[in-house]
Amino acid sequence: MAVDALPDPSLRITPRRLGRNLLRSNPIIAIAAICLAVIVLMAIFAPLISPHDPQLLAPAQRLKPASAEYPLGTDAYGRDVLSRIFYGGRVSLLIGLGSAVFSVVIGLVIGLVSGFFKWVDAIMMRIMDGLMAIPAILLAIAVVSLSGASLMTVLVAITIPEVPRVARLVRSVVLTAREEPYVEAAISVGTSLPKIMWRHLMPNTVAPLIVQGTYVCASAILVEAILSFLGAGISPEIPTWGNIMAEGRAFFQIKPSLIFWPGLMLSIAILSVNLIGDAARDALDPRMKQREARP
Amino acid sequence: MLGYLIRRILAAIPVMGVVALFVFLLLRLTPGDPAAILAGDNATPEQLDRIRTSLGLNEPLYTQFFTWIGKLLHGDFGVSLISNVPVITMIGNRIEPTVAIALSTIILTVIVAVPLGVVAAWKHGTWIDRFVMALSVIGFSVPVFVIGYVLIQVFAIDLRWLPVQGYRSFARGFGPFFERIALPTLTLSFIYIALIARMTRAAMLDVLDEDYIRTARAKGIAEHGVLLRHALRNAAVPVITVIGTGFALLISGVVVTETVFNLPGIGRLTVDAVLARDYPVIQAMILLTSGIYVGVNLLIDLSYTLLDPRIRY
Repeated sequence: MAVDALPDPSLRITPRRLGRNLLRSNPIIAIAAICLAVIVLMAIFAPLISPHDPQLLAPAQRLKPASAEYPLGTDAYGRDVLSRIFYGGRVSLLIGLGSAVFSVVIGLVIGLVSGFFKWVDAIMMRIMDGLMAIPAILLAIAVVSLSGASLMTVLVAITIPEVPRVARLVRSVVLTAREEPYVEAAISVGTSLPKIMWRHLMPNTVAPLIVQGTYVCASAILVEAILSFLGAGISPEIPTWGNIMAEGRAFFQIKPSLIFWPGLMLSIAILSVNLIGDAARDALDPRMKQREARP
Repeated sequence: MLGYLIRRILAAIPVMGVVALFVFLLLRLTPGDPAAILAGDNATPEQLDRIRTSLGLNEPLYTQFFTWIGKLLHGDFGVSLISNVPVITMIGNRIEPTVAIALSTIILTVIVAVPLGVVAAWKHGTWIDRFVMALSVIGFSVPVFVIGYVLIQVFAIDLRWLPVQGYRSFARGFGPFFERIALPTLTLSFIYIALIARMTRAAMLDVLDEDYIRTARAKGIAEHGVLLRHALRNAAVPVITVIGTGFALLISGVVVTETVFNLPGIGRLTVDAVLARDYPVIQAMILLTSGIYVGVNLLIDLSYTLLDPRIRY
């Protein structure tokens, strides 16, 4: 009987099978994954593929149209826009990834603990409610304006408003999971609390956290660009997509491409990450898929 | 109902308390002398002193906090460090453009997004549905300012239908006012429409599976009657909820949209305050927007009883 109950090995989800099924069932996801891969490679190999130094000022070359030497033209300081866009991807991806990792780790800890201890829960969830009531952009620009605009401050400023969302998600998973017989069994045989959390509760949160993590990543890339665009982000010499656009703002009517190219890269990056998140959700949570794609 | 109302209002107090504490500690816990941070690098000792007195930074932390809260409760949000004008006056002078585009955005969104979501759910799996879903993913992904600049390029620069930037008060005639809020409204609506259309579709899909919908159809009720009277009314609660939680999105969007279109609203006021480190203004804006967010969501909770008579508090 026990042997019969084992799942059919051909149905078991392996990472490779998951990937293959994703690509076959949804060509849009494949395109999104390729786009994201290209952007990541562009950012990593920016020093090799950039035709010019992204920070090199050349006043004689200012606001030049696209040419063989400057494929996307130059900005108001004569810097090569294409090189700046290549380098700009580095900041966006770093912030996206960093914010996803930090908010998931911090949210996981807060969620696990508040899901398990009622008194922590009462306090923590009030704090989370308060943080969630503050619009993310305002919170982020306030933090950056006070602490100075370094990469680390921007990362912290973007991560703080994301933490409550992750913590609430983990907490809701833990609240359901802790009623399961296997958790009660673990408690009754005296398993230590950290072990219960790590071995029995944490695995339940992995799937929703992967999905939430991709959404946090997309939203962090967006918020970083908005901060830079508003002039409250990473300092203007460092090329980021938002900074290129912020500087292009004054020359919008003369040279709109200063806004459109980084805007396009930004949109493609965020769109790809969001689509991959949707695909991960569909793959990891069959119930959601049923609901989204019912015949 | 009254009991529920009181309980909900009481529950909002700790939320706003946390917001206030956060705003208060943000300045005080930032490493370094708060007065020096606010005054910038070239400040004279007199300027530093003025900031310290103005914010009460010489007092112990808890005295500072309670004095500040006491003033807030009396409607005193402090005085701008830059212009010396009371913050509340500054906000009052700049609120019209913001309220105008926020309201027109909500109206446009509801008019466009709810029908889109209903049709997408009704024609589930067809190209209409896929189109709406694609639109909503794009709406989430394309940054507000990119949409804004594309609209300016097309409608103001290429077609010359509308002015590029700026604002004209409603008091000076509806025509010029409308011309100037049209593009900001379209820009801001994009992401909100994406959100609400998606939610309406999901809520309608859930409801359309119910037995009472099958019964209504079996009775021979016309399809629009089934959709509007039987399905949409029951799908309204989650949709309205998302309109409320999406309010935070709207506030963030306003800040960016006002920058793109050069509107003299409170979003722009906040950005200018941040760039000038005018902390009393930043502080007031965070409190104000959070307060509005909490208030809107409270109203929405209360509206459930009107929308769904089964919900009783």
